[in-house]
Amino acid sequence: MEWTTREIWTLIHGMGFGGLFLLACGGAIVDLWRRYAPAAPGPVTRGDERFLRVYLVALAALAWLAVLTGTYKVYPWYRATPPAGTTDLSAYPQQLLMAKPATAGWHLLGMEWKEHVAWLAPIAITMAAAVFFRYGRGLKKEPALRNAVLGFVWVSLLAAGVAGFFGAEIDDRAPVKGGATVRLMHGGE
Amino acid sequence: MNAQNNPIPTIAEQNREAKPNGGGAAALLAAGIGSFGLAVLAILVDQVGALKNAMIFFRPTGPLSGVTTIAVLIWLAVWAILEWRWRKKTIRMGGIAAASLVLLVLALLLTFPPLADLF
Repeated sequence: MEWTTREIWTLIHGMGFGGLFLLACGGAIVDLWRRYAPAAPGPVTRGDERFLRVYLVALAALAWLAVLTGTYKVYPWYRATPPAGTTDLSAYPQQLLMAKPATAGWHLLGMEWKEHVAWLAPIAITMAAAVFFRYGRGLKKEPALRNAVLGFVWVSLLAAGVAGFFGAEIDDRAPVKGGATVRLMHGGE
Repeated sequence: MNAQNNPIPTIAEQNREAKPNGGGAAALLAAGIGSFGLAVLAILVDQVGALKNAMIFFRPTGPLSGVTTIAVLIWLAVWAILEWRWRKKTIRMGGIAAASLVLLVLALLLTFPPLADLF
């Protein structure tokens, strides 16, 4: 059972940081929606407030780690240019996709959208974390601010969802390969 | 049980914790402007060859490195300026919130290649 370092980085970027962000984002939406609505029953405790502060900071960290590993670690391998005369494009995912009309759209629409839209997520969620850090339970008294923060968190989820969907589909059709091989376990003799 | 140990803040504490909303408005609008700036920069770089080359800050990543770095710097700069000007003020939040959300949704739409290619 072997992996290459590029496959491991792709996994860390997509299923690690990106996947965790997508899973956790829903929790922030539910908490902001339920507990911080002006008409929400009962006061917000200090523990609730502290929990959401830590949660949003962790979300922001995941979003930044996802876009930074994607942009500076995985994307260069994806867009690498093959030497002239190369016929086997399997190590050059962008070129592999562009080589066939049936798959070119995954780059022209999928990657072209993903590479930019993904960056909206960390900007939006960092803002949400910063606002919540400052106001905490005071957001209940600022419904317009709380609703806007909620809207930004929704858009960050949507942006990360678009990036995650296209990332998974593109990696399925033209996976990032290469690098050193890491052997996880030996098969049976 | 003293106030510090009580998990539920008293009304007096909550009133004391009330802060001007200017800092929140600054963060919100800056995020909207930064997001919109990212989408506009991406379109410009796609259209202008010279700009495309100028945006290559890290060659393996290409122009995306410059577009995202500049957009993040715009976002942080706008945030710092607005924070400095608004942090002690109470702002009418409705308009700021609407403008910020419109900018964010526009950014989302303008990064979509079929729409970006219209320009």
